[in-house]
Amino acid sequence: MITLGHYLIVSGLLFTIGFAGVLLRRNIIIIFMSLELMLNAANLSLVAFSRFRVDSGGMPNYNAQVFVFFIITVAAAEVAVGLAIIVALYRARQTTHVEDVSSLKF
Amino acid sequence: MSAFLFWLFALVMLGFGAAVVINRNPIASALSLVLCFMGLSALFMSLDAFFIGIIQVLVYAGAVMVLFLFIIMLLDLRVEKRRKFNVVAVAGGSVVALFFFLQVYFVVGQLSAAKQPFPPLGSPKIDDVRNIGLLLFTNYNLPFQIIGVLVLVATIGVIVLSKRELR
Repeated sequence: MITLGHYLIVSGLLFTIGFAGVLLRRNIIIIFMSLELMLNAANLSLVAFSRFRVDSGGMPNYNAQVFVFFIITVAAAEVAVGLAIIVALYRARQTTHVEDVSSLKF
Repeated sequence: MSAFLFWLFALVMLGFGAAVVINRNPIASALSLVLCFMGLSALFMSLDAFFIGIIQVLVYAGAVMVLFLFIIMLLDLRVEKRRKFNVVAVAGGSVVALFFFLQVYFVVGQLSAAKQPFPPLGSPKIDDVRNIGLLLFTNYNLPFQIIGVLVLVATIGVIVLSKRELR
């Protein structure tokens, strides 16, 4: 029997993979992909809660799915801007390695 | 909602998600991310969220990942050279991630709702595109307009970033 808890644990595992990717990898594009993984883990738990809260008419709670729609839109905008920044960084420094970009490091 | 399909797609999603982080070649990472999103979209559909599942494939596996692959090929990124491992940083990062997962695990374990199965839907045919659209244009009209402005700002920002020489 698949319960809400199964989906939440899988969502937590996906978030952990993304989190570990951000902490462990040094390639800025891989870090960016890991950010997408974390956003999608949040989406999965939102959709699971939406399916869990069935109202009196027998419909899932669509508020959470509207939130997921918004998250996907914002994530798409974020990817566009972030990749443009990466291209600008590559033009200036010829690298995508975060340890080569340390001007702001104290 | 068959248990076998849930485990299959969860395994596909987590396996290719881990491949994104582990692969040294950025193109292999990007392609693993596409397959990870496919598994995620199947999980959305197993939760009767068909519209979100389709949007996931169209926007993420389609548009966003094409953008990623385009940038990787434009910058001509090759397989990363092996650099010196910072053992303390790697161990610290793994421990923080592990602690985060344990925290989620125990919180979900405490949650009584997490042990209940999903309640049945009123009818097997649900009109989720219509219902999400109605909500989007009534209750969430203002956020929807703001998202429109946000996407416009992102478009202008990308053009500015890619046109001008950054000083």
